[in-house]
Amino acid sequence: MCTYQTERVGLEGSSAKGPQGWFSVTSASVYFDHPVHAPADHTLNIDLLNEAMGPGARVAMELGPDAAEALAHAILRAVSMARSLEIY
Amino acid sequence: MTHDITARTITIPGAHGDDIEAYLAEPLGAGPFGGVVQIHHMPGYDRSSKEIARRFAADGYITLLPNLYSREAPGAAPDDAAATARAKGGVPDDRLVGDVAAAVSYIKSLPTSNGKVGCIGHCSGGRQTFLAATSLDLDAAVDCYGGAVVTAAPPESGLNMPSLLGRTKDLSCPLLGLFGDDDKFPTPDEVKRLEQELQAHSKTYEFHSYPGAGHAFFCVDRPSYRVEAALDGYKQIGAFFARYLA
Repeated sequence: MCTYQTERVGLEGSSAKGPQGWFSVTSASVYFDHPVHAPADHTLNIDLLNEAMGPGARVAMELGPDAAEALAHAILRAVSMARSLEIY
Repeated sequence: MTHDITARTITIPGAHGDDIEAYLAEPLGAGPFGGVVQIHHMPGYDRSSKEIARRFAADGYITLLPNLYSREAPGAAPDDAAATARAKGGVPDDRLVGDVAAAVSYIKSLPTSNGKVGCIGHCSGGRQTFLAATSLDLDAAVDCYGGAVVTAAPPESGLNMPSLLGRTKDLSCPLLGLFGDDDKFPTPDEVKRLEQELQAHSKTYEFHSYPGAGHAFFCVDRPSYRVEAALDGYKQIGAFFARYLA
């Protein structure tokens, strides 16, 4: 199936590194759909984008569901720790 | 049948007068040949879509595959273009109809055309095929597991894909539908609902749903590929095109 469902997230103040080097990313698309490369019917896909810079300004991820969940928890734990240390 | 073809990228005037990229695959010879407008799936105007276009050309049909993401991402890699289009909410329905109309006109303008043109699409392209066939005067339409025909894409999807069920009465041509019993978008219940609507409006249609197959069973480079369903599906498409387009 194609879920079509796409979460959009603003990413102000963020950067990513693509084939051309580092660039500012302004938004992310998060969706569970067919991957281009990963060997699975569906993956959790994340596109980090800078739409003003054009379609090639993209860092793409295709994560297995368990990996996506583990990554999300790891991000939340890291942010939580940073907050507790008042460095966030 | 020699299967000899030529294939190349061309520019055609699309909806709203915009120049859009398209991939033209056509049989060698004087014709006359039937025509097929192929609508690519949501992952874009990619290599696998062009392979399908060449397959139909080898079967004797002038096949034109418009790049629906030409405007958002001209010259971009197909996966980057698809991501850009997705981030912008997908392809607007009115623009899709205009692009398909332009592709139909282009095929009919060729001296090798027999004047008949059908449309085929997979996944989101299946939905867009139904949209085109209920908006334009076509000779045949093939919907391969198109979602959001009966039930709209949910608002939280961020994509504007309203239900097309109410358009069934406007279907201009015979419809072939190919589905997987295990698909969840569209579900077998949705396929049944569409079939009821087609019957209610006395439309000519033919549906096949394959056991053990889910969404995207034609995709040879994905785990969703189901050889039996794909082979029979191509057999049905071949017979359908021969009946209505040749």
